[in-house]
Parts: sequence; structure tokens; C-alpha cells
Amino acid sequence: MKQERKRSNAPIFWALFGAGGMLSALFGPMLVFITGLAVPLGLLLPADTMSYPHMLAFARNWLGKGFIFAIIALFLWHAAHRIFHSLHDIGIHAGTGAKLICYGLAMLGTVLAAYALLAIGF
Amino acid sequence: MAEKTIEIEVLRYHPEKDREPHRQVFEVPFTDDMSVLQGVQYIKDYLDGSLSFRWSCRMAICGSCGMMINGIPSLSCQTFLRDYYPARVRVEALSHFPIERDLVISMDGFIEKLESIQPYIIPKEPRTLEQGEYLQTPEQLDAYEQFSSCINCLLCYAACPQFGLNPDFVGPAAIALLHRYNVDSRDGAKAERMELVNSEEGVFNCTAVGYCSEVCPKHVDPANAVNQNKTNSAADYFLRFLAPKGGAK
Repeated sequence: MKQERKRSNAPIFWALFGAGGMLSALFGPMLVFITGLAVPLGLLLPADTMSYPHMLAFARNWLGKGFIFAIIALFLWHAAHRIFHSLHDIGIHAGTGAKLICYGLAMLGTVLAAYALLAIGF
Repeated sequence: MAEKTIEIEVLRYHPEKDREPHRQVFEVPFTDDMSVLQGVQYIKDYLDGSLSFRWSCRMAICGSCGMMINGIPSLSCQTFLRDYYPARVRVEALSHFPIERDLVISMDGFIEKLESIQPYIIPKEPRTLEQGEYLQTPEQLDAYEQFSSCINCLLCYAACPQFGLNPDFVGPAAIALLHRYNVDSRDGAKAERMELVNSEEGVFNCTAVGYCSEVCPKHVDPANAVNQNKTNSAADYFLRFLAPKGGAK
């Protein structure tokens, strides 16, 4: 009398969550330092590090595109997963609706990032 | 000299007459070698014979006497009143389980889960008596040994917030035991057990809180077993498409 079990689709979201978590741990603090402290305060880095031409050139390079896309998309999937599970933890069992909103926003951000990076040219 | 006493506040519930659980305070003679279990035994023997609780070995082997002691899942036989004296100690039935009577919880759900993981070796290759015993290297023993120390005391279930939210979750102890058999070199039933790991009742209910491992009186690390199996399950999920035999289903 073995009962039929439904395979969970969690590995997809868990893998994205894990990848985003690792990336944010590796790059998050550095990005906060560069974009939030070093460049605005003129520490260590040249003042024009984040000027429009520099950033445009970065976003037009394949490697730069890949980096920006991975950072935005995976951070979003990580956040979505964490928010979804935290809702559950604090007693809001919104189920499919919350899942759609959380992961839907991450999906939307992913698509927008991909679109913007392609639209900005090469 | 007046005898020292300590107050023990016990969660009472007799389903035939109580609408809901309520607390009752007992004053118990205190000596500094008394465990909480001895405290409640004193209550049963001398103050109120109707108090119900499970216990057996008194030495953290049998796993019967798990209770919430000041809100922390603990074996009452290895928790001592002196660590609370002179304050009052609060004793309640284990969290997240239906109460059968006073400090006795219903284990039915857990027993079903225990059965579902097939907690026994299903031999990879059957051997005849003439072939002798299965041999294992020390490394092969190390892979599963710590997970085999579970005494089914259910402290980890009382600690797990995700089991509290979803009682269908297979949960820490059962997954630790499942892992114990899956990584045993003599066993060949991993594929069958992985179905449970991969299911909606499986490992992905865990949010890596880790409290299960903290409260375990036998130093099993169920959180480790659960999280190793998240990786196994994710690998199984994605790699089944590449598997030569067409995957699990």
C-alpha cells in the first residue's frame, strides 16, 4: 500500500536561491562598497569609475552583460525565495498567490534585465 | 532546617474532562541531584496520581521522556532541577504534537513516517550464509554511523518550526534515519527512499533553521542529513533528464 507521492518542484527555486545566495555573499558587500561608498566618496577608485560612458562600455561588453544579468536575476530569485519562505514562517500561508507574486516579480526582473541588456547594444 | 522545595508548573490535559490544556503548579521537595523527571515522578507518587507522562530508562537511552522544559525540547531525565532552582520550572508536552493526556503526546504520525522511510537495510546483493557477512571499511561506517544514534525521542520535531507549520513534512529524525540507510554501503534501496526525499513532503520543507540538531540529545545532526539531501534531491531533479535509462519515472 504505497501511496503515490508528488515530486516537489522546489529544486528549481532552491537552485536559483542557492546560486543567488552564493553570488550575493561573494559580490554583494563589494558592490555596496564600490557603488555606495568608494565612488561617491572618492575613495581608492577614480572619480569617473561609474560615469555613463564607463558603465555603458561595461554593459556593452559580453562579459559585463553576463555579470550584470547574473547579479540582477540571481539576487532577485534569492530574495523572492527568502521572502516567500519568510511569509510562511511568520504565519502568512498565502500559498500559490504569494508564490506567483514572489517568483513572478523575480521572473519579471529577469526578463527586464535581459531585455535592457540586449537593447543597450553591443 | 526547613526542607527546600521547588515549584513545578505542569501542563495538564485530560481529554475526557478538559476542554483545553491548563497549567497546574506543584511544590516538590528539592535536592540538587534531582532530574526534572524525578520531579514529575514525585508529583505522581505523592501529590497527584493522575499525572501522566512517559519514561523508562532514566539515562537518555530510551527516548521516552521528552518534554518542553521552560519552552525547550529536552529529555527530562537529563535535565536537572538545580539548573532552575529556586525559580519555578515549566513542564509541557512536546510542541507540535497532539496531546493524548497531560505530558503524553500522540506519536502516530511519526510512526507512519518512520515506516515510510523503510528504516532497515534492503541488501544491494542478497548473500547466502556461506558467503558470510557483509564487510565494511571504517570509512563506510563513518558515512552513516552518527545518523544511526537516533533514539526517536522527537525533540527535533518539537524544535522544528517547519514541522509545526506543516505536519506532513517527513521531518528531521525520519530524514536522518533515511539518510543513514541510503549511505550505508550494504543498502540498495536509495532510489525508493529518494522518492520520499523528492516529494512535496520531503526535504524542501526545511528552511535550514538548525534547531533540530541543537536539541538532539544523541548528537545526531539531522539538519546535516536534511540539507545533504536537498543537494541530492536537486541533483536527482535535474540530472534525471540526462540519465541513460530515462530517469526516475
